[in-house]
Amino acid sequence: MPLFGVSRKKVKKAPSSPNADRGILVFENTSEVIRAETILRQSGWAIRVMGPPPEIRTGCDLVIEFPLIEKLHILRRLEEARVKPLQVLPVSGPLLKPVDLFHIKDFGKHLMVRAANMKLTVDKETLMIVNISGGGCPDVPYLASSMIGKHLAAAPSPREIGHTLCGYALQLAYEEAKKRCSL
Amino acid sequence: MRIRLAAGVRGSEKEMLAIVGTIPDSTFPLVSGDVALENDRLRSGDYSFPLERGTAALIAAAIKTLDVFHKPRPFVYLVGDIGRGDGSRRLYEYFTRSVGATDFSAMTLHYLMPDVDWCNRIVFALEDMAVRPVLIADAGAMYMAKMSGNAPLFDVFTPDAGELAFLADEDAPHPFYTRGFILHEENLVPDLIQRAYAHDNAARYLLVKGERDYIASKDGIIEIVSEPLVPALEPIGGTGDVLTGILSGLVETGLEISKAAALAARANRFAGLLAQPTPATQAGAIIEQIPQVLDLLVNSPEKLAMEAITNRANTL
Repeated sequence: MPLFGVSRKKVKKAPSSPNADRGILVFENTSEVIRAETILRQSGWAIRVMGPPPEIRTGCDLVIEFPLIEKLHILRRLEEARVKPLQVLPVSGPLLKPVDLFHIKDFGKHLMVRAANMKLTVDKETLMIVNISGGGCPDVPYLASSMIGKHLAAAPSPREIGHTLCGYALQLAYEEAKKRCSL
Repeated sequence: MRIRLAAGVRGSEKEMLAIVGTIPDSTFPLVSGDVALENDRLRSGDYSFPLERGTAALIAAAIKTLDVFHKPRPFVYLVGDIGRGDGSRRLYEYFTRSVGATDFSAMTLHYLMPDVDWCNRIVFALEDMAVRPVLIADAGAMYMAKMSGNAPLFDVFTPDAGELAFLADEDAPHPFYTRGFILHEENLVPDLIQRAYAHDNAARYLLVKGERDYIASKDGIIEIVSEPLVPALEPIGGTGDVLTGILSGLVETGLEISKAAALAARANRFAGLLAQPTPATQAGAIIEQIPQVLDLLVNSPEKLAMEAITNRANTL
């Protein structure tokens, strides 16, 4: 029997935004663009080289479009190859900036630090990471299982083992927690 | 591609909830089939996995909920993905090829690598189903539904305040890029709900989780659930997954969506209260409380149920 006693309508396709999940890597010069393109293509990422949008006022005449959600993984790969972009921007709004406000909540024995959509909670006495919450990318449960129960100074950092924008946000929370715990 | 079919696979799944998500283990294969709860772990076919967080916590909460109503346990589509997106893409490929022949009555899409192109393909694949299921999205699935312009095709989103700000910001490709003037403060939730609907970036219903849980539609706020308030729940990872799991189970029982959302919000709060949490508590402790909480909330007048649960918590 259908739900609620009536047959539900079939799904109707809405207009999509094909570039909404893409980002842009801006480099100093064209040879860096070519090196980065080679590295990323060899690693299997779906990227394309294109002209920069008019809002971009730095870098050379070419940019690389990439899957924005995988920013952390891609930046790590480029850093390993020593090709560091000048800027990483979302295609949907090149002037958009990452959320940079931290929210701190003191629970007495525990301190919670939130950066963007990610929260990291530490036991203030033992400096053990006791919880990680928020986020929606699939590395969040992985980061939580890798970091919870470990000392703030000894836990693997999201920068090392994360892959996505949520991982990137957790890195910010992790750094802020270390700073506030004087590590 | 090699697919592991768990025991009890069926071609047609009438009156059944499907849950689609990932397991944070890169060695976990693509699994499609029934799922069972065994003590503090879940099992699908030959594969056993912990239930503390993510899609596993959602599944465990849904099972606990469905058991209360003697409903079939959910059917799962799972794959290992630690954030590289490789697992999600394998799952998308399998799911879009096979879902058209199924007949699930409700479907929850969860921790998946957000991908606009694949989200569009999922929407196309769902068109092949004879009857459209109730569609619930949380986490990465909600992100890609918004990014791809498909949000209005979903029945429920379950954002927190930060994710609601992302839905409300028509330009943001991810909560990490929500513009500063769209603040994700709890007291701005009603405005953000309105803005998300104004830009067609919300599902038919929203269950906004936070200090106060808001159930809303494009016509406005339907209900606010704010009691009991258990501050220690905020830092606990997986509480949102548990809430979405309870909601999914309740929707599958046939309860009207906004009523299911309000009951899920209430049950999650009372389960949290009974777990006597600290900020170090893990979600499994809350999942354990779901049956007794739902039993009381469903079978007793609301006020009496709340008194009974509060008294029980006070005696712990």
